[in-house]
Amino acid sequence: MKLSKAEVEHIAKLARLNLTDQDANLYSQQLSDILDYVEKLQTINTDGVEETSQVTGLVNVMRDDEIQESGISNELVGSAPENSNGYVKVPKIL
Amino acid sequence: MDLNKLTALETFEGLRDKKFSSEEITKKYLEQIKSFDSKVGAFITLNETEALSQAKLVDAKIKHNESLSPLAGIPVAIKDLFCTKGIKSTGASKILENYVPPYDASVVKTIRESKGVIIGKTNLDEFAMGGSGENSGFFPTHNPWDISRVPGGSSSGSAAAVAADMCAYSLGTDTGGSIRQPASFCNATGLKPTYGRVSRYGVMAMTSSLDTIGPITKNVEDAAFILQQIAGRDEKDSTTPAEKVDDYLQEIKKDIKGLRIGLPKEYFIEGVDEEVRNIILSAAKKFEEMGAEVIDVSLPHTDLAVAAYYIICPSEVSSNMARYDGIRYGLSKRDSRELLDLYLDTKTSGFGAEVKRRIMIGTYALSSGYYDAYYKKAMQVRTLVKQDFDKTFEDIDVILTPVSPTPAWKLGENTNNPLKDYLADIFTIPASLAGICGLSLPAGFAGGLPVGIQLLGKRFDEKTILRAGYQYQQVTSWHNKKPDIK
Repeated sequence: MKLSKAEVEHIAKLARLNLTDQDANLYSQQLSDILDYVEKLQTINTDGVEETSQVTGLVNVMRDDEIQESGISNELVGSAPENSNGYVKVPKIL
Repeated sequence: MDLNKLTALETFEGLRDKKFSSEEITKKYLEQIKSFDSKVGAFITLNETEALSQAKLVDAKIKHNESLSPLAGIPVAIKDLFCTKGIKSTGASKILENYVPPYDASVVKTIRESKGVIIGKTNLDEFAMGGSGENSGFFPTHNPWDISRVPGGSSSGSAAAVAADMCAYSLGTDTGGSIRQPASFCNATGLKPTYGRVSRYGVMAMTSSLDTIGPITKNVEDAAFILQQIAGRDEKDSTTPAEKVDDYLQEIKKDIKGLRIGLPKEYFIEGVDEEVRNIILSAAKKFEEMGAEVIDVSLPHTDLAVAAYYIICPSEVSSNMARYDGIRYGLSKRDSRELLDLYLDTKTSGFGAEVKRRIMIGTYALSSGYYDAYYKKAMQVRTLVKQDFDKTFEDIDVILTPVSPTPAWKLGENTNNPLKDYLADIFTIPASLAGICGLSLPAGFAGGLPVGIQLLGKRFDEKTILRAGYQYQQVTSWHNKKPDIK
């Protein structure tokens, strides 16, 4: 599986990463090697095999939808690089 | 008596019997760190002031014969992936270089409420991605046994700090081997508990379907001691079931006569260092001498585990790393007023090479049209790997394997070959995919470098692997060997 430099640049864009030309070349090689290796997975027939995503068998764990005060909401909002009056500030989107 | 060489349990007993004070112990560890950490690089942040005042507080309570938790006054080092209120918690990433969380991870809260002494935060591969400690966003950790070599990873600093007697015990995380492998490389004991056994609330997520938390200690008895304090249900982490927490310290004292130990042939393949192989086989012999039965077993899908892991892990990484977007906390590059540029500039300058690599693999594997071929397939193979273990455990109590095919390698050896780095986890990854528990403990030396054995057990059956490990350490002394740091 060979990932071209253009494909790597496309993936980086989806992942919100900027790549230099040099990065793109290096990643194109390294990611291709990794994908070649994982091709191994195709050597086994998994028809009808269930997927495992929760290994101990727990299913949805529910609790009552009740408000609990964290007591640290000011500190949490205060961690934001820009904030004012208890709100997180973001750049204009539209 | 070198106070910093004591185990956690010996420290507890000494404090209880007023043989020494927590302040003395804490000072001794701080002294050790100051003498040797410039060479080892185990710590990102030292917590000297708080540690000393906590120690004094404990000493005052002991003096007044107040009842205390067994963890009180014992110096612990914590992987910098855990949130510690008021103490910088970086994940060894530049993206969180100055992040001070406003709350404690549940396990940290337990330690603080028990009056444990948090001596510092340890180095790691950035956000726990890596198996050498070299992927730290700040500086690599060196192996105390040979500082030209890696300590293993990702809990690099936690393992090195225990080996170098810079703390009584430490906490790490293990997703694909990140406690077991560095413990093995540094001659420490490392326990990866069953998935869900210990709460992960407040620990930075890497691969949510695999991440676990456990202790790195000076011997197996300490691992049993610490697990007992931190295991159990936490309503803040809904992956922790209300499964009974055993009395591990009592369980390990039982003998292992008749214990059925499986030796899987897939773990003795070409590429395993000859000396490593011999060390594992002599350990098997030792177990036989102690009355256990060693039986050949087969885990046929072992060979596919690494490939499945390197789809599952990056896929979940690409999702988990999305939160570091420069909006709510951490690094934020706001030179441009465009939102897209903020994301791009923050992530590009904040993340290191390995994190970016995994984000891209994951983004690719999850992108439109590829899901079935990669992620779904990997999750199916995960089922097969899990079934291998479940079937074997129907008539086997413990599986014995190497932790790693080789001892610690030289720093820089695998830097440009990420795939080679990934393959180093070949013997630790399968147990992670199956969600079972694993213990790594010292069993010998190859060319002067520590080599560990791995004991794997059923889900929530930590008591049996701890018992086997504890009994092994009653008749061997590898775990007592200390490095001469130079």
